[in-house]
Amino acid sequence: MEIRTIGVMGGCGKTGEPEKVERFELKMGDIISIVGPTGCGKTTLINDIELFANRNTPSNRLVLINGEPISDDFTFDPRKHPIALISQHTNFLSDLPVGEFLKIHSKVRGGDNPERLIGETLEFANQLTGEAIIVTTGMTELSGGQTRSLLIADAVIIGNSPIILLDEIENAGIHRTKALELLKQYNKIFVFVTHDPHIALLSDFRIIMRNGSMEKLICTNQEERRVAGNLGKIDNLMLNFRGLIRSGQEISERMMTEQMEILNQTT
Amino acid sequence: MKLIIFAGPPTCGKTTVIRQVIRRMLKKGHKPAYLKIDVLYADEDKIIGAEFNIPARKLYSGELCPDHCNVVVMDEAVEWAEKSGSDFLFVETAGLCLRCSPYIENSLGVVVLEATSGMNLPYKIGPMLTLADIAVITKIDLISQAEREVFRYRVIEAAKEITVVESNALYGIGIDPIIRHIERSSEIEQPMFLRGNPPVGTCTICVGKKEIGAKNHFGVLRTLEHDLFYIGE
Repeated sequence: MEIRTIGVMGGCGKTGEPEKVERFELKMGDIISIVGPTGCGKTTLINDIELFANRNTPSNRLVLINGEPISDDFTFDPRKHPIALISQHTNFLSDLPVGEFLKIHSKVRGGDNPERLIGETLEFANQLTGEAIIVTTGMTELSGGQTRSLLIADAVIIGNSPIILLDEIENAGIHRTKALELLKQYNKIFVFVTHDPHIALLSDFRIIMRNGSMEKLICTNQEERRVAGNLGKIDNLMLNFRGLIRSGQEISERMMTEQMEILNQTT
Repeated sequence: MKLIIFAGPPTCGKTTVIRQVIRRMLKKGHKPAYLKIDVLYADEDKIIGAEFNIPARKLYSGELCPDHCNVVVMDEAVEWAEKSGSDFLFVETAGLCLRCSPYIENSLGVVVLEATSGMNLPYKIGPMLTLADIAVITKIDLISQAEREVFRYRVIEAAKEITVVESNALYGIGIDPIIRHIERSSEIEQPMFLRGNPPVGTCTICVGKKEIGAKNHFGVLRTLEHDLFYIGE
């Protein structure tokens, strides 16, 4: 089945009241964010999408594919599951080396050239990590950032899923602006659960969650997009300092002045 | 009477799956009964009996191997469930032995596996998995999707014909497909026979007597109501 759009029809929040956002729809190329305080049900919303909720999860939401609900009996061939969920897990439990795991996963996903896919996946992942992932390392030995990077790369390249749900990629210390830049090259639907204002404002629209319920939907306007640009620059400033500190340099006020000048020149 | 037999390593989530299943079965108007067979300790019968107000009981296999106990008492257990007015008997086994399996012909065999148990588990547990009809993979929320896909692949590689259901039983997610299989399963036929071949051994079941019921066996036995006794020379 070719997926053109995916929709969500509201159910109810934690109190049982109907959700204020009754429906939203995503098409290929869309990037959206789900925002709200901790515990408000952001992860539950993406879990519902991933499970093709059919009024059969605690939220009572209904997920639509190409405008139609999926029948209860219908299950996707798991090898072609169209939705990849990058959860908040920052550790693997699989007792396998990275290369072996990726090889099996590309076999599961029906990839015709596993060696090439594994190479591409590692190349993608290693652009997001501090230290490169080595193919013979055990999955359980990877750091939080390496795990998260590998999961994203695996979903995009080996999974090749048209819909990718990412739960708080800003955690675990990966290069998130770089991640967004890399992801944008692929024509997919991206749903970010995020606390990061930069990611939220780079999205086409954002859903505000409260008490288990979709409270509000805001489309990013032109002014917000300009603010997003400036937030990106502040982000870069933070990243530059992170780089300096990671590389063992001592930080001076002069560096701060220089960085602020660069920031002011470009805003 | 339909017989649904659950197996799986300890703490894999069998009881949680069964509770979700029973809740939905009752909503649909079915009349389930529940039997727990364990070795040393179990309180699931009280919990399930009180929660759903259905016939529920437990049996300690004690000195007997729990799968052996399952074989010698299951005919009486089916009678007990019938007498108590039930149309489905759910049996939760101790799930310890990796050489035997508790499934009976014309019953529905359900193996419950934890998604977190490591990629080699499907190859390690033998007939408990390979002779089951459905494998329910629990705790899927605890691992990444990529790992789920690889784990599922390994389950199917170990048991080619099996139906895999992924579930987060704590929240009742992935339970509906199990219900569909239970409703479609066949009625139990008397006399009942053990599915598959047990390993070579020294007891009547181990040497291949697959008839269900203590009356078909000798050696150290027990019945549903009476504790261990010995029949033979």
